Amino acid sequence: MSEYARYLDDSQRSFARPRTLAQWLHLDLVLLLPLCLIMVLGLFVLFSASDGDWSTVSRQLRNFVVGWGVLLVVAQVRIDTIQRWSPALYFFALGLLLMVLMFGVGAKGAQRWLSLGIIRFQPSEVMKVAMPLAVAYWVVRYGLPPRLGVTVVSLLIIGLPAVVIGLQPDLGTALLVAASGVSVIFMAGISWWQIMAGMLTALAALWPAWLFILRDYQKQRILTLFDPEADKLGAGWNIIQSKTAIGSGGWSGKGWLQGTQSHLDFLPESQTDFIIAVLAEEWGFRGVLCLLALYGLVVARGFWISLTAQSTYGRLLASAITLTFCVYVVVNMGMVAGLLPVVGVPLPFVSFGGTAIVTLMLGFGILTAISTEKRIISQ
Amino acid sequence: MAGPLDAMRDTRREWSINRARLIACLIGILMLMAVLVYRYYSLQIIQHDAFLTQSDRNRIRVEVIPPTRGQIVDRKGRLLATNQPTYVVGVIAERATDLPSLLEDLQQRLALTEDELEAFREGIAQRRPFETVPIKVGLNEQAVAAVAVDLHQLPGVVVEAQLTRHYPFADVLSHVLGYVGRISLEDLQALEADHYRGTLHTGKVGLEKRYESVLHGRPGYQHVETNAHGRLLRVLEKQPPQPGQDLRLHLDLDLQQIAAEALGTQRGAVVALDPLNGGVLAMVSNPSYDANLFVKGISYRAYATLRNSMDTPLLNRAVQGQYPPGSTVKPLLALGGLSRDFITTETTVRDPGWYRIPGDDRRYRDWTLRVRGGGHAERVDMRMAIAESCDTYYYDLAYRMGIDTMADVLEPFGLGRPTGVDTTAEQGGILPSTRWKREAMGEAWFPGETLSAGIGQGYMLATPMQLAQATMVLANRGTSFVPSIVHRVGDMTVGGVPREPLKMHEEDWRAVIEGMVDVVHGQRGTAASISKGITYQMAGKTGTSQVIGIAQDAIYEEEKVSERNRNHGLFIAFAPETKPRIVVVVLAENGGGSSAATPVARRVIDAWLNELSDV
Repeated sequence: MSEYARYLDDSQRSFARPRTLAQWLHLDLVLLLPLCLIMVLGLFVLFSASDGDWSTVSRQLRNFVVGWGVLLVVAQVRIDTIQRWSPALYFFALGLLLMVLMFGVGAKGAQRWLSLGIIRFQPSEVMKVAMPLAVAYWVVRYGLPPRLGVTVVSLLIIGLPAVVIGLQPDLGTALLVAASGVSVIFMAGISWWQIMAGMLTALAALWPAWLFILRDYQKQRILTLFDPEADKLGAGWNIIQSKTAIGSGGWSGKGWLQGTQSHLDFLPESQTDFIIAVLAEEWGFRGVLCLLALYGLVVARGFWISLTAQSTYGRLLASAITLTFCVYVVVNMGMVAGLLPVVGVPLPFVSFGGTAIVTLMLGFGILTAISTEKRIISQ
Repeated sequence: MAGPLDAMRDTRREWSINRARLIACLIGILMLMAVLVYRYYSLQIIQHDAFLTQSDRNRIRVEVIPPTRGQIVDRKGRLLATNQPTYVVGVIAERATDLPSLLEDLQQRLALTEDELEAFREGIAQRRPFETVPIKVGLNEQAVAAVAVDLHQLPGVVVEAQLTRHYPFADVLSHVLGYVGRISLEDLQALEADHYRGTLHTGKVGLEKRYESVLHGRPGYQHVETNAHGRLLRVLEKQPPQPGQDLRLHLDLDLQQIAAEALGTQRGAVVALDPLNGGVLAMVSNPSYDANLFVKGISYRAYATLRNSMDTPLLNRAVQGQYPPGSTVKPLLALGGLSRDFITTETTVRDPGWYRIPGDDRRYRDWTLRVRGGGHAERVDMRMAIAESCDTYYYDLAYRMGIDTMADVLEPFGLGRPTGVDTTAEQGGILPSTRWKREAMGEAWFPGETLSAGIGQGYMLATPMQLAQATMVLANRGTSFVPSIVHRVGDMTVGGVPREPLKMHEEDWRAVIEGMVDVVHGQRGTAASISKGITYQMAGKTGTSQVIGIAQDAIYEEEKVSERNRNHGLFIAFAPETKPRIVVVVLAENGGGSSAATPVARRVIDAWLNELSDV
């Protein structure tokens, strides 16, 4: 029996019989409605970014459908089941990552893909889901706040796959995966001095990382952040063009399908990582604010779910998923606006690309499962 | 699955820990969001104007539309200089991912020469950003295919269709038309650079240079929207170019070809003028060159060959070649003598075959002394002196006139200064005088030199064009025009500028011209050999000018002097005698004598009067 049963000894599962279709399907409409709106908005932006290419839009639509399918399935899974299977999923993902390192399919000088006949996918995406589950499983096992030993093991659980992904090399994903794990330990309540110590260690590690780990193109991206004008037509091009696109949008934008930076190919990666620049150029600052508001709603609901989750495991998971989502948004929008180095992080539900959508929807499936599980018993 | 501490876990504490951390997270996220919002606010609101300008500058480019160069047609409208579509392969350095390897690739595809590569490197160094620097011009469709088919694999490479100058009759017209060539740095300093943006060529010599300002036209401009790859998407605003004006020449292509053909391989020049307006009907200089080579960009070696050739094919002998006019000055001197009363038409001179300055032993030989062992006749009058080209008569006349009076009477015929014909680099010859010699050589004039000048030898030099102008004065009996090659610029008639008329008594003109008619039609005329079957009255005067000085007691033997030292043959003529419609001057360089020149003139005048003239 799961945890809540212990506090409600006389409860029956029939006690929480769902009244609506949404409840029956374990769907948190307050969470999913803004998500839907983001997707619709994203399709419009993508339509423009792809120069009115219906096939791109329909492929993205298919990605959404698959994503919703995944969400619907995951929403039906009970949290304690997820919790039980967390370590298995983690080791499965880790195995896949190691396989990538050995038999992966390359793209642009990096080995990120695993090809299974017709399906090609990035195991690092599986790890994005598995990571918070595994860390939460580990810290919950020993009670909160985690003791030092538990924290150290948690850091190993986080660090191993992060390094493997970093070796692909895919720095962006490695950081995102690490962030999702670290957010769990943070939520679990490790002491502030441990946090400070961790941050100092990270800072101290920057220097050797710069010298020995980072590859030239990665250093270039970071240097470009500080002085994009140094290499206008090379590394700086992307960031100059994206800032120009954003800035030229102004308050109200140039109008849908009217963005010159994107439609005249000045903006690189305009359908994927840099799509926010298309939105900013065509819809203006007010469009950016609208999108941020929608993201804000999702995040707020995510935190509320976390706050009201009945199990510690659910709470940790909900906040980790929400935080990861936040990191996606902040990192993507920050890098396109020239605040952060360019790492391959898509804008959730707006950037074109199936893997990220499925991964995110998997996370939101867990979130809605946590949310509805709580609601069932609270009635 | 519950952990080992499951039983004793403090759920309330865990919940409060989570809540505290959630709040911390929330604060952190709100701060990050605030930073993000401020960043977008800063870009989109505060710096909006700058970025808007930047994005416009990205996409909008001002393009120059070069004007179409005016064409050149002959008097009957036949195209002599036209514009052919050719292809230019250029490179936008900013868009090339790897310039050195791209150059290597292009070198293979286009067989670039070292000169072209050098010019390209210079162009790259001086280009404006995103400007197309041409690397190979004048390609036809087949040649450009080597690049065009793989254009998508060659970022930065641009193929542009362009109108390039073409001279269909370059074999006979290069000296008249001149040519256009790639604009050089020196050219740019002389030209209005704004009018030449987007233009590769400018006139270098000849009509192409002289009429550059009207042939070129004015460029137009268009604001175009381009994408990041420099591809033109649409035209936002356009000001069309103003094409250059066409030139219509006096020149007749057929006559030009006939003159060139008549001259054959003989080095020399033919100038034919319309005495009614000074229009140049034909202007041949032999040997010639192919002006089209210069349009494409002549290789250094080919140019050096042309420039260093002993035959000086680049020299336009008609206006740049300066030759002693020889006996062709005799009619002019006769007129001068008549007008200044040194002689009358009745004056005779004793002709033993030589002349001696009173008080001097030296004999100045007549050309007849060698041929006949004596003079032309016991006594020679003016008409005979012209018809038979009697040197003794002119030695006497020259001696009595003196060099300065000679210069005075020859000057109105246009000797000693450029005619002002509308081409480039025209030379003015030399009309010697005591003052000229003092200034040019710092020496005093010797009386013997006056005698040489009397038969058009010595220091005296004239271009065929100058002689043609002088002959026009004779033909028109005083009136003449500045020679002009171009008749009309666009719809406007140009040229035909009258010169100061030369006033003489009608009988003087008649007497001199009768002598010139005798040259051709008289039994003992020096050009009598060309009178066979002639259907009109031609007036002419032969001339033979020495290339090397022959010692007074030595005898010029044609067979013994090398080809380059042989005499130049000259012939000036006009016809018909009463109402002249054509003036012709023929120069046969090292032709040996005037017999190399006279048949050419006959052929040209025949063709004009009998076949071609539109009158």
